[in-house]
Amino acid sequence: MRKNMKMADLLGIDYRLLTVIYRLGIKLGFGEKTVEETCMESGVNCDTFLLIANVYSTEGYVPTTEMMTAASAIDLVRYLHASHAYYLDHHLKELDDLFEELLRPCTAIQKDIIMRFFSEYRKEVENHFAYEEDIVFPYVRSVASGQNVEGYSMETFEENHNNIDEKLNDLRNIVMKYLPPACDTVTAIRALSRLCTLETDLEKHTMIENSILIPMVNRLEEKCQ
Amino acid sequence: MSVTKKKILLITPSRIIARGIASILEEHGGFTIETVLTDLSRENEATVRDSMSDIIIVDPVIFDYASRPLGRNRISDLTDAAVVAAPTVLPDDESTKNYDESISIYDTPAAVISKLRNSLAHSTGKSPAENREELSAREKEILVCVARGMLNKEIADRFHISIYTVITHRKNITRKTGIKTVAGLTVYALLNNLIDPASME
Repeated sequence: MRKNMKMADLLGIDYRLLTVIYRLGIKLGFGEKTVEETCMESGVNCDTFLLIANVYSTEGYVPTTEMMTAASAIDLVRYLHASHAYYLDHHLKELDDLFEELLRPCTAIQKDIIMRFFSEYRKEVENHFAYEEDIVFPYVRSVASGQNVEGYSMETFEENHNNIDEKLNDLRNIVMKYLPPACDTVTAIRALSRLCTLETDLEKHTMIENSILIPMVNRLEEKCQ
Repeated sequence: MSVTKKKILLITPSRIIARGIASILEEHGGFTIETVLTDLSRENEATVRDSMSDIIIVDPVIFDYASRPLGRNRISDLTDAAVVAAPTVLPDDESTKNYDESISIYDTPAAVISKLRNSLAHSTGKSPAENREELSAREKEILVCVARGMLNKEIADRFHISIYTVITHRKNITRKTGIKTVAGLTVYALLNNLIDPASME
């Protein structure tokens, strides 16, 4: 992936990058424009976009130090923030509706058991995001603008960055293996593909936080000292 | 989100290698070294068995030449973690082929990281035949206790078994059902009528 490629060709490589484009606020209709031109028009740092796109699409991709230095921490945080909104407003909302539909033929008890598990998961995700939105992102923005912030560091974030994939993984297994036979299969397929998309996307999200955000901010912290 | 830091246990007699790997991992995040051992003595075997590491990185030089090809198995007997070779003496394929991955001392930091990630994907753990089993009667009993929120110690006392046995049962339950969280196991127990929904609350 390079700056002088056509944006449309990038989507040809991996159509899921459309969701990355959306989250960075890049509008559609880029026709024959290059990645660099499109980014510039939308006011997005092109290096940040390429960094995210590469990590997102290439399994096992490890960014070079130069790429990390070129990218912007502010843009990265904007992306992560937009991702959170995307998960909460689209993925989880749609899943909630899908589960309602899926479990309609079940007994009230079965429905209650699964819906309760789903809302517990949702709550967990909301709390996880809220911590990053309230504490981590404001911190990164300050450090990126050269301010030395007392009382918090990326190290604290690393220590507290806990797993939230286990319940989602469980939910997928429950749908695949233990759904009551009364459930409609086509609805189950829709729920399952949503769960799988969300699972993969969240994995990428965590990878971006762990392998880009943390080292990037560590470097900024050193500069601030 | 799957990738909280993956824990690594390192077994190498070389402090240069230990520090080198530590510094690569520090730079890239995603992995953290929990323990460094210099050999696999009996005492250290216990450390490996009790560790919660996701990956064991080992220099096969710690095994004497004759037992080297079987070195990986010795580690797999202790833990389900992925096992990655980091040979310092020139590796022959024989001694590293059983490992999930093999790191060369000439690898770039990026290559090391992607090999470690691969190792987690490759790691097979137990043979697939065991995956097909249904839960045993004892496992169902223990699952019900877990779903009711009992602690390992309480479960051990109730069935007069060791905590270690309880943990093994729980590992097997998770392997068979694919469900890791207590809340998820509760859903399983309720959907499969192992517990009466009216008794939960």
